[in-house]
Amino acid sequence: MTTTTDYERNVILSSVDYNVLGTRPIRHDGADKVTGRALYGADFDTAGLLIGHVLRSPHAHANIKSIDTSKAEATEGVMAVVTFADFPSVKDAALDLGEEVTTLHDLQANILARHKALYKGHAIAAVAAVNAHAAEQAAKLIEVEYEVLPPVMTAPQGMADDAPILHESMRTNELGETIKGKPSNIAQHFQHVKGDIDKGFADADVVIEREFNTVTVHQGYIEPHAAAALWNNDGRLHIWCSTQGAFPARDATAEVLRLPVSQVRVTPMEIGGGFGGKIPVYLEPVAALLSKKSGRAVKVVMSRADVFEASGPTCGSNMKVKVGAKNDGSITAMQAYLAYEAGAFAGSPVGAGAMCVFAAYDVENAVIDGYDVVVNKPKTAAYRAPGAPNAAFATEQVVDELAQQLGIDPLDLRLKNASTEGTRRPDGTVFPRIGCVEVLEAMKNHPHYSAPLGEHQGRGVAIGYWFNVGFESSVNIAVNADGTITLVEGSTDIGGSRASIAMQAAEVLGIPAESVRPSVVDTDSVGYTAVTGGSRTTYATGWAAYDAALDVKTQMIERAATIWDVSADDIELKDGVFQSSSDPELNMSFNDLAGQLAGSGGPIVGRASRNAGGMGVGGGSFAGNIVDVEVDPQTGKTSVTRFTVVQDAGKAIHPSYVEGQMQGGSVQGIGWALNEEYYMTEDGAMANSTLLDYRMPTSLDLPMIDTVIVEVPSDHPFGVRGVGEANIVPPTPAIANAIHGATGIRMDRLPMSPVAIMEESWKQS
Amino acid sequence: MPGKTYVQTRINGESVDFLAEPRQSLLECLRDVIGLTGTKEGCNDGNCGACTVDMDGRIVTSCLVLGVEAEGKEITTIEGIAVGSELHPVQQAFLENAALQCGICTPGFIVATKALLEHNPDPTEYEIRFWLANNLCRCTGYDKIIRAVQDAAARMQGVSA
Amino acid sequence: MHWIDFASPHSVREAVDLLNDADGKARVLAGGTDLLVQLRGGRFDDVNLVIDGKNIPELNEITYDPEGGLTLGAAVPCYRMYGNAAISRAYPGLIDSASLIGGTQIQGRASFGGNLCNATPSADSIPAMIAHSAVANVEGPGGHRHIAVEDFCAGPGSNALGRGELLVSISFPAPTSGFGANYMRFIPRNEMDIAVAGAGTSVVLENGNIKSARVALSAVAPVPLYVDAIGDAIAGKPADEETLAEAGQMAKDAATPITDMRGTVEYRKHLCDVLTRRSLQIAIDRAKENA
Repeated sequence: MTTTTDYERNVILSSVDYNVLGTRPIRHDGADKVTGRALYGADFDTAGLLIGHVLRSPHAHANIKSIDTSKAEATEGVMAVVTFADFPSVKDAALDLGEEVTTLHDLQANILARHKALYKGHAIAAVAAVNAHAAEQAAKLIEVEYEVLPPVMTAPQGMADDAPILHESMRTNELGETIKGKPSNIAQHFQHVKGDIDKGFADADVVIEREFNTVTVHQGYIEPHAAAALWNNDGRLHIWCSTQGAFPARDATAEVLRLPVSQVRVTPMEIGGGFGGKIPVYLEPVAALLSKKSGRAVKVVMSRADVFEASGPTCGSNMKVKVGAKNDGSITAMQAYLAYEAGAFAGSPVGAGAMCVFAAYDVENAVIDGYDVVVNKPKTAAYRAPGAPNAAFATEQVVDELAQQLGIDPLDLRLKNASTEGTRRPDGTVFPRIGCVEVLEAMKNHPHYSAPLGEHQGRGVAIGYWFNVGFESSVNIAVNADGTITLVEGSTDIGGSRASIAMQAAEVLGIPAESVRPSVVDTDSVGYTAVTGGSRTTYATGWAAYDAALDVKTQMIERAATIWDVSADDIELKDGVFQSSSDPELNMSFNDLAGQLAGSGGPIVGRASRNAGGMGVGGGSFAGNIVDVEVDPQTGKTSVTRFTVVQDAGKAIHPSYVEGQMQGGSVQGIGWALNEEYYMTEDGAMANSTLLDYRMPTSLDLPMIDTVIVEVPSDHPFGVRGVGEANIVPPTPAIANAIHGATGIRMDRLPMSPVAIMEESWKQS
Repeated sequence: MPGKTYVQTRINGESVDFLAEPRQSLLECLRDVIGLTGTKEGCNDGNCGACTVDMDGRIVTSCLVLGVEAEGKEITTIEGIAVGSELHPVQQAFLENAALQCGICTPGFIVATKALLEHNPDPTEYEIRFWLANNLCRCTGYDKIIRAVQDAAARMQGVSA
Repeated sequence: MHWIDFASPHSVREAVDLLNDADGKARVLAGGTDLLVQLRGGRFDDVNLVIDGKNIPELNEITYDPEGGLTLGAAVPCYRMYGNAAISRAYPGLIDSASLIGGTQIQGRASFGGNLCNATPSADSIPAMIAHSAVANVEGPGGHRHIAVEDFCAGPGSNALGRGELLVSISFPAPTSGFGANYMRFIPRNEMDIAVAGAGTSVVLENGNIKSARVALSAVAPVPLYVDAIGDAIAGKPADEETLAEAGQMAKDAATPITDMRGTVEYRKHLCDVLTRRSLQIAIDRAKENA
């Protein structure tokens, strides 16, 4: 039945064996999610619930002259109408949401437009009514007078001298100094310098410089954003929403509404995908304002078009990458120019892109210039390794071209220049132990790399990096009398993290994964926990679970010592059994001791709150791809015929979900490479805001995705490296390199759609 | 404004009557009127498959069916797949093969897979991919879903053999 | 969505009366896979009545006999076509279309009749129906009439039906020996996509030569485009690459596409050539099996 091959399709290159870690238990929330019982954002219901509908701008760039809500308010069934005027006024301040930094003013103005509509789909007003149809019809009665302005659609357009200006107050921060005078769409220009770039290029025998362009793409989670709010009569605000971080959602909502954080309680519903896009708040404050006005609970759910047009996709970009090398393949200099679209408000992922663009290369001389440019498109949000895939699309193609010119195998060229422990990146970070070399070697050793190719087929390779973040996580554990533990955490579970966190506690306590009952709880019920994002959850919340389990273990040992009347130092916990080292007769299973807690001093709870650091914790993760494609020479259509992803997981806690991250990120990368794009009309509207025309990959567009998990341990107690993100970085260049192999055509833009490939082929013939 | 329509159906083996506005989709009726929220909305235009239900032995996207069209129909939703306390082999196979991450597409995939295997008990990988092309998953890259379907097919053949 | 009423007539006459009374403010529901999306999208804000066609017997029947041919009720969903072995053998072009429209779930609802009335240039069933010489059977207040499918679409989203007229069924002549047909479209994905361009073709072979041929194109003109000149030009010629190249070139010349999110003018014209050649080749291969 299962597909048979002459090689192992899912390999784990493991170094350390554990009892629980590395096994594949059924996830703890599994039964709920295969029976339809799990409750997601839009599934929330309560007595008297109203439904909200958001009126959105039909224009990409317009001054809002007036908003008249009177007809909507007078409509039967309408209970409240809100606009920006309903927000309390705020002083501006920076807001760090974890993987997302914005300012309070921008956040408010993105949630409901202040005096300008800055993208098509920008929220203008919202209506709460007795049902969704009534709310939608009433919203149509709101009269908005616009003064339509010409839109700015790309970074180069926005940077032009005569570009229409989005924000009259914006001045460029140029290398740390604010440029006074004329307003600009360039929020920031920064630069990283290492060594002597001129000398580096002068030392090179070969120099290649290319320019690349990519367009806006979306995370494409299947669940649209949803939030419900009840502004209770005691003044407390309760939010139920689909979010990657209940605490950041609480904090952001409290900030824009000028409430103390303790006045807001966020209950995270199950979350139907996020990939970074469900870190910001869009609907939560709107639902809250509608609830305050109506005195009822209000739920607001985005349509699919809203998701595309008014949530946060990732950026289009204009990039130039220049690489110099000696004839022996040693790279002497690397230079990058990265201009990323931020969307309507400052804050593109260009900073992260600059950290990743040359991360795989130990190069002495480098310069990276980054530009953050506002355009009339939705404000970008994080999307899986935000900024890094764009950068890799450029770097990994130039390196591939270099390998060809030098006549060196592309993996050998990368190995010769690979970053290792101690390498200092151009942005200044010095790598701790990393798995760049191990990933490249695993690629080289994979049977895929030497398999034969057919007609019209080509093979490409690429490597990518994401630095991973740490941040704060809290975990509480209570021991039950039957030998199980309840584990309370604040990390919303997007992809099996209940299991990967529970397993780490189980490993410490020597109990089976099934003996852990993990719960994801609301912001009143656990300590602060940052977003599920930045590849941090299994690492940081897992580490907190490890700490909390150690706390439990210590107390259990002390309890055993009391019961046995021996010193706690005499007792160890091994394979789930407490054992006195001096008296072999004194031993007791975890279960037995758990059953005796009540009679021997009372219950035991463990707790931990860990700040796992900032960006780049544990050295991050490298991922590499080997990709085969077949290109139809008559239509330009590319089919991915074989795909292998290799990634350093440090230690794969639950290998199935590690493989799942690798496969899922790879396929998002395949979609980004081949077909996904915001197709913008001249007046700045997204023409393809449906899942029909946005063209994410279906099951029929793909081969099986083969995996190799490399385990180079990080500083985490079990060596974990987050694996959520690096895997989306190499697919676009690996596929570009494979297309070049199949056709001789170098694609310098995304997507590499059939029409784009045919146009390039006509240009080159 | 005219009133609602009285609709008589069988859902998950039980007779269910409800009142629907003609403009309400079957998906809305299932979720908002009847309270069966296991069927999910991802796009509301038939392109993601999250709202897949079985209607008279054929899978459909319930966002593209009017609630009033359900009159006299036999409908199975995700809530009707497990038999009593026993998970259906398709559900069990999805769990054991880690064929879900966020889980929002899972109800649609499970309903569609059950229909596939009833119609074609031993599908090839291509047939599985073709049948499920109307169901989008953004988390898994489909690899583990395809394996789960293959595994479920083997289990169900084992049961019937 | 705005308020709509719903009617579920049980006869053609009843439906025609409802349509006539509504005077353009009613739409007939077959599979709903286009209509409900359009209603939600605000395209038919003046429509206040949806008339379900699925309880009218004539709209839901498939009748086929090898002599008289096929009559397909306007509301018959795609899956009922490829589920029928005899029809699959006799009308391969229709089956190509029925198996690639939407995905499994869409094919459980979507109908050729709905696709025809919806009259989008990119409709996948229409070129195949034209290749199979289909005729639309229409009932109206003034009685019935027959419209060749290539004459049914009047422009993007508009059709030849007048006030009170209902598409009841579509008839296809019985294929003769030596007949083969195909529909092929180009899409960037492998399923769940709208044709960038498509070609429906049929041939009748006699002694290795093309006796007659029909070629129709999708998504490259305001309506599904029947290029009758291709049939005239290649009739009597050998079924070889040279003839196919001539047909492909003529298709490319006949196409008048636009540039949009799905493709450019130049690319779509190029695809007309490629798809016409590829589709005719399959039609020829099928005709040889059917000789």
